[in-house]
Amino acid sequence: MNILVCVKRVPDSEGRIGVAGDGTSVDTQGVKFVLNPYDEFAVEEALKLKEAAGTGSVTVMTLGGDESKETLRTALAMGADQAVLLKGKPSSDGLGTAEKLAEGIRGREFDLVLFGKQAIDDDNLQVPAMVAELLELPCATVVIELKVDGRKLTAEREIEGGHEIVEFDLPGVVAAQKGLNEPRYASLKGIMAAKKKPLEEIEVGDAESRLEILQVMNPPQRSAGEIVGEGADAVPELVRKLREEAKVL
Amino acid sequence: MSVIVFAEQKGGALRQVALETVTAGRGLADALGVDLVAVLLGPPSVASEAEKFGRFGADSVLLGTSDALGEYAPEVYTGTLAKLVGERAPKAVLFAASAQGKDLAPRLAARVKAGLASDVTELAVTDGRVVIVRPAYGGKVFFQAGFMGEPAVASVRPRAYTATENSREASVEEIAVDVDPAALRMTVHTATGGKKGRPDVAEAEVIVSGGRGMQGPEHWTMLEALADALGAGTALGASRAVVDAGWRPHDEQVGQTGKVVAPPLYFAVGISGAIQHLAGMQTAKCIVAINKDAEAPIFKVADYGIVGDLFEILPLLTDEIRKLRS
Repeated sequence: MNILVCVKRVPDSEGRIGVAGDGTSVDTQGVKFVLNPYDEFAVEEALKLKEAAGTGSVTVMTLGGDESKETLRTALAMGADQAVLLKGKPSSDGLGTAEKLAEGIRGREFDLVLFGKQAIDDDNLQVPAMVAELLELPCATVVIELKVDGRKLTAEREIEGGHEIVEFDLPGVVAAQKGLNEPRYASLKGIMAAKKKPLEEIEVGDAESRLEILQVMNPPQRSAGEIVGEGADAVPELVRKLREEAKVL
Repeated sequence: MSVIVFAEQKGGALRQVALETVTAGRGLADALGVDLVAVLLGPPSVASEAEKFGRFGADSVLLGTSDALGEYAPEVYTGTLAKLVGERAPKAVLFAASAQGKDLAPRLAARVKAGLASDVTELAVTDGRVVIVRPAYGGKVFFQAGFMGEPAVASVRPRAYTATENSREASVEEIAVDVDPAALRMTVHTATGGKKGRPDVAEAEVIVSGGRGMQGPEHWTMLEALADALGAGTALGASRAVVDAGWRPHDEQVGQTGKVVAPPLYFAVGISGAIQHLAGMQTAKCIVAINKDAEAPIFKVADYGIVGDLFEILPLLTDEIRKLRS
C-alpha cells in the first residue's frame, strides 16, 4: 500500500503567539516549531496501514521553506520512508496550498493521501478536501476511525452529537482527527535512520493567496474579574451575581 | 446579484446554525445591496422548512429535494452549488462552520476556484469587497482579511451571529438536483447510537468544562448534574489534559487542538488554564472558574471565581441553580 501524507510545520500549541510589529503578520519569536499535531495522527495511520499491508511505502510531503525539512525528518524518524519538500510559500487561504500539493501529488503512485484535519496555525481546515477535489478523488474529513479492506475504505467522521460513516473505493483522501490512533514516538534508531532517508526537493514557487490579510489582532483582552469567595459558602453569592449582575442565569 | 447561503439540515430538520448563517447573510447582502438566496437541499420532508427562511431574511429559497438526499451527500451538494455559482455569479457563498459546512465549503471553493475563509466571526463590506474577521492559532490571534476575488466563500462560526427574525415574503423555487448514483464515488450515512440530549460544545449556550482537578472520569456525574440543572442548551467540555488521559472523548475538548468556543456562559471547573485552553474559550461572554489554587491562570480571565474544593462547591452550586430554575 502506497500512502502519501501531507504535513505542515507549525508553532507548538504551548507557545505564545502575538501580533508582529507590522500589524499584518504573526509574531512567533521564541516559539518552538513542531510537526502539526493532527499530522502526527496521519503519519501514524499511514505507518499502521503499511505495516498491516506488509508492503508499500509512506511518503511525507510538505509545502514550505528549508526550515520545513526538520518537520519532514520528524515524520521520517517516526517511520516514513521518504520525503518530498515542495519549496514555496503556503497561501493565506487553503486553495493555493492545495493547488501546489495537488500538483506535487499528480503523477505519483498512491492508494491513499492522508492529512491532519487542520493545521493549528491558520486553522483553515480546507486543504484536504480541496486537494481531493482538485485530484477528483473521494474524501473523508475529521476522521476518528479508519478501516481499509482491500480497495474498500470505511471512515468514521465526527459530526455534532455523533458520527458519520463514509465509504469509498481507493484511491482517496482522508483527514485525521485526534483520537484516530496514538502516534508513536520516534526512537533513537528512527531518528538516526531518518537522516539517511531520501528527501526530494522541488521548487514550486509561492502559492496564490485569494485572501489578503489586512490586520492581525489580539483577541479582546479580558481583565481578571472578582474572586467571589472561598469554598462552598461563596456559592449563593456567585449564583446571585450570575443572575443579577451578569444576567446569564 | 446575490449572496447565497447554504441552509444546513440534518434528517430533514433545519439546524439552528442554518438560521444563524441566514442572519449573517442578510447583513452581508444588505451591505452589498444584493438579494439573499437560501439554498436548501435534502429529502422531500425538508420542504416544509423552506418558509422559515423568509422569516429570517432570505429574499428567495432554492429548494432541491430527492429521496436520495436523506443523508449528507457531499458530491451532490458540491455539484449543485457549483452549478448555481456558475449560473448566478454570486458575490458571496456562506456556510455554517459546522461539521458539514467545514467539509462542504472547501469542496465548493476548490471546484469554483474561490478563496475560502473558515470560521468567520464577522462579515463586512469595505469599498465593495467582502472583509472578514476570524480566529487563528486556536484563538490566540484574530485575522482581518479581504477577499481578492469573487465569490467570497466563508463558513460562519456557530453562535457568532444570533438568528434574528427579519421578515419578508420569500419566493420558493424548486431546483433540479442531479443524484445519479452511478456517478457517485462515496456513500455517507449517520452512525447509530450517537450521543443524544446535549448540544455540541461549539454550538452550546452554556458549557460546563472539567479539568484535571476533577481527579477522575468517575466524578463527571457531578458536572453532568450541573449541566442538567443549567438546562437543555448546556454542553459538557473538557481540558486537553483530561482528554489525553482518556477520561473524556475528544469531541468535548476545548482549546487549540479541540474546539474554539464563545458561549454566553462558561464554567471552568478544576481547570488551571493552559495558554492553549484560554485561547479557545476567552471570548466567552461570562466565565466562571472554580479552582483550589488561587494563583491558577484561569482566574486571570474569569469574571467570577470561587477558590476552594470543587467537590464541596459543585453539589451546592447545582442545588442553587436547580432551585433558581424550578
